[in-house]
Amino acid sequence: MGQTLFEKIWDAHLVRPAGSAEGDGAPAIIYIDLHLIHEVTSPQAFTELESRGLPVRRPDLCLATIDHSTPTLPAGADGKRPYITEAARVQVETVQENCAKHGIELHGWDSPNRGIVHVMGPELGATQPGMTIVCGDSHTSTHGAFGALAFGIGTTEVGHVLATQCLLQNKPKTLGIQVEGELAEGVTAKDVILHIIGAIGVDGGTGYVIEYFGSAIRGLDMEGRMTLCNMSIECGARAGMVAPDEKTYAWLKGRSHAPKDEAWDRAVERWRQLPTDADARFDRLVEIRAEDIEPSITWGTNPGMVIGISENIPDRHDPAATDAQSYMHLKPGQQLQGEKVDVVFIGSCTNSRISDLRAAAGVMRGRKVADGTRVLVVPGSEIIRREAEAEGLHQVFIDAGAEWRLAGCSMCLAMNGDMAQAGELVVSTSNRNFKGRQGRGARTVLASPLTAAASAVTGRVTDPRSLAGEVQ
Amino acid sequence: MTTDISSHVISCHCYCLPFDDIDTDQIIPGQFLTTTQREGLGAFCFHSWRHDESGSALDEHPLTEFDNSRHQVLVAGRNFGCGSSREHAPWALLDMGVRAVISSRFADIFFNNALKNGLLPITLDEAVVEFLHQHPHHPVKIDIQSRSIEIEGHGSFEFPLDPFAAHCIIEGIDQMDFILQQDALIRQHEERRPG
Repeated sequence: MGQTLFEKIWDAHLVRPAGSAEGDGAPAIIYIDLHLIHEVTSPQAFTELESRGLPVRRPDLCLATIDHSTPTLPAGADGKRPYITEAARVQVETVQENCAKHGIELHGWDSPNRGIVHVMGPELGATQPGMTIVCGDSHTSTHGAFGALAFGIGTTEVGHVLATQCLLQNKPKTLGIQVEGELAEGVTAKDVILHIIGAIGVDGGTGYVIEYFGSAIRGLDMEGRMTLCNMSIECGARAGMVAPDEKTYAWLKGRSHAPKDEAWDRAVERWRQLPTDADARFDRLVEIRAEDIEPSITWGTNPGMVIGISENIPDRHDPAATDAQSYMHLKPGQQLQGEKVDVVFIGSCTNSRISDLRAAAGVMRGRKVADGTRVLVVPGSEIIRREAEAEGLHQVFIDAGAEWRLAGCSMCLAMNGDMAQAGELVVSTSNRNFKGRQGRGARTVLASPLTAAASAVTGRVTDPRSLAGEVQ
Repeated sequence: MTTDISSHVISCHCYCLPFDDIDTDQIIPGQFLTTTQREGLGAFCFHSWRHDESGSALDEHPLTEFDNSRHQVLVAGRNFGCGSSREHAPWALLDMGVRAVISSRFADIFFNNALKNGLLPITLDEAVVEFLHQHPHHPVKIDIQSRSIEIEGHGSFEFPLDPFAAHCIIEGIDQMDFILQQDALIRQHEERRPG
């Protein structure tokens, strides 16, 4: 029997197979090709290495950035960055010191490439097909868009990888999610993944690595595939992947960390062997019809509480739904479309790439942000910021009345001070609508950049298809 | 409440948080992640449940009766620990005095992070979890060695626990050392990696 993409990568990275029950019973040890690092989940791991007197085994396989605790407003006239707290500043300085000390490539304030870790890695071509990639961040699944096995780890494991370049891992099961057909106008990768999470549930992927395939997935561009894989963790999956193809190679070619010349040709030759074999089997298969997907939004307090934008919120009265409705100030069975919107956030590792900004600008061009609505647009990286500014997208946002910021995670998790106030309704292109995530008492509605932009100009939760002419 | 470290037995009363999908943002909100230490996060555990929007402590909240001299085991709903990979979540729970969490299903990254820190994630059938939710503050005895939990007046139940993880907790085996000891195999792998 053939192998899946996941199984091929797993086997190629086995340093030591799982021990037998009679032996030490240890999980498999797998080798990690790329370790992404940021300021929040790494300091305690570096401290652990220090206390043991251990070096970083492969600093050349690490790549670091600062993104979570960083302000998105520029430095003041005094040159000082407006950190939310002294602790945030110390945390950023700590990762800078740790990386300098251990010879790890860090893209800090002085780098033109600094960005959200899951935007920057692919952008630099460090993310490549067939790799194992980890980071102390659950949205590491993003990199699976390139046919890599990429997943989030905790800080103890960050220490393991720093010291050994390896991880102890129990082998996950495989879940194939097949999306066939053509996506309707106004339906994006974000809507596809929200629809999938709504269909299989917030823990429907627990214990699995997902491979997304089918004609609708093939049809997505690389940015769309990143959005799709990014939210795999929101249904509990260990990772999400899409097999590499010509789009993948074209996107990566020429990027600074990608192989060059003959090495590139050899790499592509290897990568072509990765896609799942025709006779391979997934442990579980879910089929989704592309035409069933409409622009999708969340109504509750986890990413599995999803509706199509034209639907009413479920007429549910169970404790979880009642609690979520109460937090969201919504009633069972009511429409969510048309609710007043206080804040719109366009950004995060889910939807802050150039195509996301183009889509949002397409809706906002020549329009104004509604009175009483605040709009924050935060590019995923400094490269994207410059690209957007070269195209004039920033001017579209500013002319409309939105705020245009420096790259970072920003209001996705609101730990840098970019946040909403209690009771405010936020239409957000990020990945989590947990209670209080975007600010104490803030009510998050997850949506695509098109839906977010449409809601920004009307000041109401709005189906982007209802604004004529703007949806490309 | 007794805890016999040498025999790896936890005897205490349960504390119930009967909600599904308790995410890591609830366990430890993002604003407390700017620390560069592991210690001291207990004071912020479930912070937004225990405080109002101005930061004042609430009199009534889901943890009002939690007393770490009595309760060392939380009983949660399904899918405990979903969301972010922040290891600050098990650090905060341990710092608050929690030694085990019971759920019918754990989120994957939280489960791993908990075990790496000696916080026991105990998966039990929904019916058993439901019994505990119906009987708040129920006494239990957890034996890591036999991977079983005795629920007073209800029965004894085995729970799945990666034997290696259990072995590491019982024998005090350090997983980083364990991987470091595989250096020869790691080198072999590095030699055959494509350049």
